[in-house]
Amino acid sequence: MSTQPVVVLDDVSKSFTLHLQGGARIGVVAGVSFAVEAGECVVLGGPSGAGKSSILKMIYGTYRCDRGHIRLRDGDDAVDVAAAQPRRVLALRRSVMGYVSQFLRVIPRVPTIEIVADAARDSGLDGDAAMMRARDLLTRLNVPERLWALPPATFSGGEQQRVNVARGFAAERPLLLLDEPTASLDAANRKVVIDLVNERKRRGVAMIGIFHDEDVRDAVADRILDIRAFAAPHAA
Amino acid sequence: MAADDDLPLLSVRGLTKYYGDRLGCADVSFDLFEGEVLAIVGESGSGKSTLLSLLASELAATSGAVRYRFRDGVTRDLAALDEAERRHLLRTDWGFVRQDAREGLRMGVSAGGNVGERLMAVGARHYGDIRATALDWLGRVEIDAARVDDTPHGFSGGMRQRLQVARNLVTGPRLVFMDEPTSGLDVSVQARLLDLVRSLVRDMGLAVIIVTHDLAVARLLSHRIMVMRRGFVIEHGLADQVLDDPREAYTQLLVSSVLAA
Repeated sequence: MSTQPVVVLDDVSKSFTLHLQGGARIGVVAGVSFAVEAGECVVLGGPSGAGKSSILKMIYGTYRCDRGHIRLRDGDDAVDVAAAQPRRVLALRRSVMGYVSQFLRVIPRVPTIEIVADAARDSGLDGDAAMMRARDLLTRLNVPERLWALPPATFSGGEQQRVNVARGFAAERPLLLLDEPTASLDAANRKVVIDLVNERKRRGVAMIGIFHDEDVRDAVADRILDIRAFAAPHAA
Repeated sequence: MAADDDLPLLSVRGLTKYYGDRLGCADVSFDLFEGEVLAIVGESGSGKSTLLSLLASELAATSGAVRYRFRDGVTRDLAALDEAERRHLLRTDWGFVRQDAREGLRMGVSAGGNVGERLMAVGARHYGDIRATALDWLGRVEIDAARVDDTPHGFSGGMRQRLQVARNLVTGPRLVFMDEPTSGLDVSVQARLLDLVRSLVRDMGLAVIIVTHDLAVARLLSHRIMVMRRGFVIEHGLADQVLDDPREAYTQLLVSSVLAA
């Protein structure tokens, strides 16, 4: 296995300029620098509002960076997400990095099993293998089989969250970003997520996660990074 | 296709249109690649429909260029095509799904005929084959085969839009323009059309340019979003970036003005 980190953040800063509030500038984080190796799970710590999600969103390209570099290993290349063209970022999302958010956002009518299988197909699995992966994940996450053919819009919050986790783990990529995937799960399903994370780690997947539950954090983290160290100076 | 992977399918530079003294759109430049879905968003009067008409070469630009990479791998300036070449392109390699299905369909022709007509334009002659392909496509857009001989007059808004999709995709185009394809449809009907378009786009590897004022539609379908205001592109980037981290004041206003996008 290569010893090069999967992702390196180098002096990354983020602020928002709120034009509708008279151009107020809100600092989020500044000087964020860290690296994550293959097979390592780094958990971002710190109070809510400290910018943990913003860091994940910058790595994924959803948020722009004001400054700094986010170098992602793609085969033999290192691609700076902070400077890459949209098309390059989309290619990275297909092959290099995945993101599991807290929320399930899907086209209303699509059946649960298809949502999960679709995510598996996005990373290159063929139809049958994708369907098998989807069944396996939904079973492990205790989503009753009678729900698989239904769109998740009417499911309970916990069921939707489990579908969301199944979708997030359906593809296998070298880097996985986890934004509170266990937020509304019970202990049994949190345990499933812990197992999924640890299996990926053993296969060399690098992960950066936000977990509010201590039991999950303790079970998956190789390192906890307190991001208060990267607090943005209060902007004028 | 792999060899041309780094060449854009459509390449737009400095595209500008004036209607007399009035600006339609100004200095628009972008590249579009195979499999990419680009959403153009903005309010009415922002110039997004003008831009779409220019791109589809339905309207002549005041200045600027649109270049398209043809199936033979050669990229040509569309302004240099003659009328016959342009029509051929529109009937074969391109599709155009209109906001008003009555403009995109032949209302006096049966559903099967609407689909079959495009096939005949690319040289299909065998009646049985044409009908079988038309039936197959009606199935793919979830229109009951029993309606194949009915004209779209009796179809609901959602069915008409799905028939338009079938008519446009039956020839296996590489680039499809869509002008507000879901507006005027009930929400549940919209979802069905969106789901259909999304899966067809992925399965066929289509490039799509979709004009919409609905940011939720843009989020669900597009990879990239271009925001237009008063004829200018004011912001352009990854769909989730434009919606979740809008940079321009106007984009922030647009995003904050919808209930949930």
